[in-house]
Amino acid sequence: MAATDPAVEAVGVHKFYGHLHVLRGIDLEVRRGQVVVVVGPSGSGKSTFLRCLNHLEAIERGSIRVCGDLVGYRETPRGLVELRDAEIARHRRRIGMVFQQFNLFPHLTAEGNVTAGPVHVLGEPRDAAAAESRRLLALVGLPEKAQAYPGQLSGGQQQRVAIARALAMRPEILLFDEPTSALDPEMISEVLDVMVALSRQGMTMIVVTHEMGFARAVAHRVVFVDEGRIVEDAAPAEFFTRPRTERGRAFLDKILH
Amino acid sequence: MAGWDWAAFRKYLLNPYLLEGAWTTVWLSVAVMAIGLVLGLIAALMRLSSHRVPRDIARFYIWLMRGTPLLVQLIIIYTGLPQVGIRLTVVQSVLIGLGLNEGAYLAEVIRAGILSVPRGQFDAARGVGMPYWTMLRVVILPQAARVIIPPLGNNFNGLLKTTSLASVISLEELLRRSQMLIQLEFKVLEIFIVAACYYLAMTTLWGVVQRWLEAYVGRPYGPSPPRPARAIEGTLLEQDAR
Repeated sequence: MAATDPAVEAVGVHKFYGHLHVLRGIDLEVRRGQVVVVVGPSGSGKSTFLRCLNHLEAIERGSIRVCGDLVGYRETPRGLVELRDAEIARHRRRIGMVFQQFNLFPHLTAEGNVTAGPVHVLGEPRDAAAAESRRLLALVGLPEKAQAYPGQLSGGQQQRVAIARALAMRPEILLFDEPTSALDPEMISEVLDVMVALSRQGMTMIVVTHEMGFARAVAHRVVFVDEGRIVEDAAPAEFFTRPRTERGRAFLDKILH
Repeated sequence: MAGWDWAAFRKYLLNPYLLEGAWTTVWLSVAVMAIGLVLGLIAALMRLSSHRVPRDIARFYIWLMRGTPLLVQLIIIYTGLPQVGIRLTVVQSVLIGLGLNEGAYLAEVIRAGILSVPRGQFDAARGVGMPYWTMLRVVILPQAARVIIPPLGNNFNGLLKTTSLASVISLEELLRRSQMLIQLEFKVLEIFIVAACYYLAMTTLWGVVQRWLEAYVGRPYGPSPPRPARAIEGTLLEQDAR
């Protein structure tokens, strides 16, 4: 994976759930260091697309490259063939993901959550991984919670541990699937603050969110998805003030008023 | 009528011959449980496979083992198989017979445990790049254990007593040794009561171990007894329906 590869290169991505055609030809290129916010009505396929980027969902047509890897597939003369489990897992290492419901491992401490990947996937020594986890927990503002279990943390704290867990794998790109949607309002900013800080450090991020303030403040691009297609792809200032399509305007009317 | 003989009861309570039989019952139960856990895990994972063939094989195995009496299985393995040239020792027969049987029951217990782990946990494990076995070992099974251990303990308790069936094919565990001692000394009631006391001691001891195990896997979830999230959702849904 050369550093000149785009972070994400999705071409003609189609996805079906049975007869339901969820993604209908998505093309998206994301350069390294870019922050792309994906918006769209619920059921538009934006979360599904995010899950396709690290092959939590298989795709039926098209291709997705993340940092040069054809995630989950290899090329053959007869088209793309799904890789074996271990190879898919290898592709996922450099793609961090943060989920709406946090999905922290409830049987492990905050530190255990952050070190699980480095220790069990990368084979790093435990003490080195633990030292790194303390640095990352401090970075997300939770230096004193290393020994706390997820059940003892608030939603906002859990989500920040989840971000630290993703960072522990030293990802090339971070995917956020509605990271603040399950949070009480007073906890949203503590998570957004961490995300803003990451974007300032040049982290490549793709964020599915309804936080338009965040999109305005840090996104390089806003991608508007509707009915499984990318309908608009513009700078936030442009999208929020002068949406080019009727559907974009209708969507903004609904969420901004 | 001879009546109950306290002196004989006390004498047999520390009889080394019977104690040895009890020890056989213990190690046999542990060994069978170990075999059953391995087979049960394999069968459970096959049952959960997305491919049809392993699913059907596991289903057949579970159907066969749970649908026929263990006693019949033991007799077939020990007495019947020599007819087709497979000769097994008593211990081998018992380990295979009880192990296969236990595995079938544990398969369903383990499957239920794995299914109780929320889907998001699989996503998160995949998300940090864990391959299948790592995900199972590090993330899924430790959480499934919380659901698996109570019925598993139940099974082990049952197993301690079920091993007495092995006496039928002449394995010298606790029951068999009790019967043999009775044939020598004719103290039927005293010796059988001693055997029953041993069984009771073993299951009681296991109860302590099980409580400790449950507390251990429940520790991360705080002091209150854990309730599966699904059960809570279920009751809420039921309340809505009313």
